[in-house]
Amino acid sequence: MTTVRSAPRGAQAASPTASEAIPKRRKASAGQRVRGSLRLVALVGIALVFISPLVFMLMTSFKTRADATSVPPSWIPEEWTLQAYQTILGSASTPVFTWFLNSVTAAVANSVLVVITASLAAYPLARMQFRGKNLVFGAIIATLLVPPVILVIPNYLIVSELGWLNSLVAVIVPTAAGAFGVFLMRQFFLSIPVELEEAARLDGANRLRTFVSVVLPLAKPALATLGLLALLTNWNDFLWPVYVLFSPDVQTLPAGLSTLQSANAVRYDLLMAGAVIASAPVVLLFVALQRFIVEGVSQSGIKG
Amino acid sequence: MSQTTSPSGAGALATASAPARRLRDHGRATPWLFLAPYLLLFTGFVVIPVVLGLWMSLHQWDYTLPLKPFVGLDNYVDLFTPGSTTSGIFWQAMQATAIFTVASVPFLLVIPLLVALLMNAKFPGRNFFRAVYFAPYVLGVAVVAVLWRYLLDNNIGLVNYYLGVLGLPDDTAWLTSTPAAWVALVGVTVWWTLGFNAIIYLAALQDIPAELYEAARMDGAGRWQQFRNVTLPGLRPILTFVTINTLIASANMFGQSYLMTQGGPGRETRTAIYQIAETGLRNFQMGDAAAMSYILTLFLIGLSVAVFWLFRERKGARK
Repeated sequence: MTTVRSAPRGAQAASPTASEAIPKRRKASAGQRVRGSLRLVALVGIALVFISPLVFMLMTSFKTRADATSVPPSWIPEEWTLQAYQTILGSASTPVFTWFLNSVTAAVANSVLVVITASLAAYPLARMQFRGKNLVFGAIIATLLVPPVILVIPNYLIVSELGWLNSLVAVIVPTAAGAFGVFLMRQFFLSIPVELEEAARLDGANRLRTFVSVVLPLAKPALATLGLLALLTNWNDFLWPVYVLFSPDVQTLPAGLSTLQSANAVRYDLLMAGAVIASAPVVLLFVALQRFIVEGVSQSGIKG
Repeated sequence: MSQTTSPSGAGALATASAPARRLRDHGRATPWLFLAPYLLLFTGFVVIPVVLGLWMSLHQWDYTLPLKPFVGLDNYVDLFTPGSTTSGIFWQAMQATAIFTVASVPFLLVIPLLVALLMNAKFPGRNFFRAVYFAPYVLGVAVVAVLWRYLLDNNIGLVNYYLGVLGLPDDTAWLTSTPAAWVALVGVTVWWTLGFNAIIYLAALQDIPAELYEAARMDGAGRWQQFRNVTLPGLRPILTFVTINTLIASANMFGQSYLMTQGGPGRETRTAIYQIAETGLRNFQMGDAAAMSYILTLFLIGLSVAVFWLFRERKGARK
């Protein structure tokens, strides 16, 4: 993320709100201090609104069935228990552990597929001259404007014709066809100095060799960002898996959660345990790699 | 950067630098070999579906029946004929989508901007707050909807409990009555996705040169004037993106309604995407569903064009 460039020290110019007239510097900084504490109060207040539902979710997953529905609601479990987790993990009709493995498999496979195909495709679009290049690139970019909804019905038919219905392949392969990855990788390749590749070429490396041993290592940050975004998207995808995966043993976690909800309408202890299992990996990933994710998102915004 | 080695005036440069020519030297098939894996996916799951969808929409295409007779524009005509089997449910769903979009987009444009302005200064813990606000967005709609169904439960939910503590009505049926269900769907969506727009705004705010604010202050501009004359114009390009992105995301709402209200009460919160999925993938009337998705797509494209036009118009007027 870009930080504020060349802001004069003390001017706090980054903030449009911190803006008393310049000659009254001393007075202004007192005002700034007040405003700073007001800002902190607001920031903490909003943060509580964001975090407390998640804390309540986590707490409930450790409650007993009765405790989860007690009035008034309690934040701390009366009696800490792993009952909810044991119940859903051991149930044959809602095999949460299988869903978890399915989600991991699908998300990792999809992410790898996206990273490989998108970076391979982006390279000639960034670095080679060939007939049809503009047409191909134009077609790929144009689909960024196509709302995904028109693909749902025909893709269901295609997936069914390929015999992929009710199999994980259906949530791994078709969703890897998105244009965003190609676009992101192409932009990144354009920013790499071409001289590095020339050196490898002069040493006799062919295009593929140059790509694999020179370009890809340089592109690691972009590859990581793309892989991570693909992983998160696939992990959380909902509409498509709900309709293409229908046996309990092939579902992914989001689709499974909806099954869990209809099977246990008021068992909130179970639902919250399921929700914790579905969110724990992405939350941990997010905490560890927050910078990459946030930067990837803000960059995708700017590029759009 | 790469332009220096791959210009259209190749003749002049080819003699100028040997490396440049070597770099251009590649077999005719090379670029296509690189592109092949992606193009296979792209053709199979983007290009063909776009055409196939149109084809299906011109047929009475029931997935479970062997015959798919050609019916021309009948599926479309039905959608526009009051009293047909599909028009009622489709336009009710379109209306639900419109209600949700109109109700949620202003909040999703304004609140994240306020949050971004709040965060747009250097202070300790800024990265922490940035992460906290963005966190719900990484959760996915299934978790978010299941969680809020619990919090919004009429009888045992946290929301009604705290409303009662504050002395407000504490028996609102958030998920089974309107307009409360709309408030719930919009509120949850704002909570869930606020961070996304806030992060994009924040990145854009930080790209506005500090010198502009100083110059404005020199000219005696107050805080509001600085916001109007420096911040807003600086944000204009990103505002177009954020507005279109938010409109399209709202118009594609599905999971919240599917999981929180099940489209109810009645069909009131069943959105267009929900209806298309149910018609095509539950009832297998895929011809009808394909026609619906093309109509929705036309609306969405029209909307995007309108937003582009709107933002460009104002830009011109200012100059």
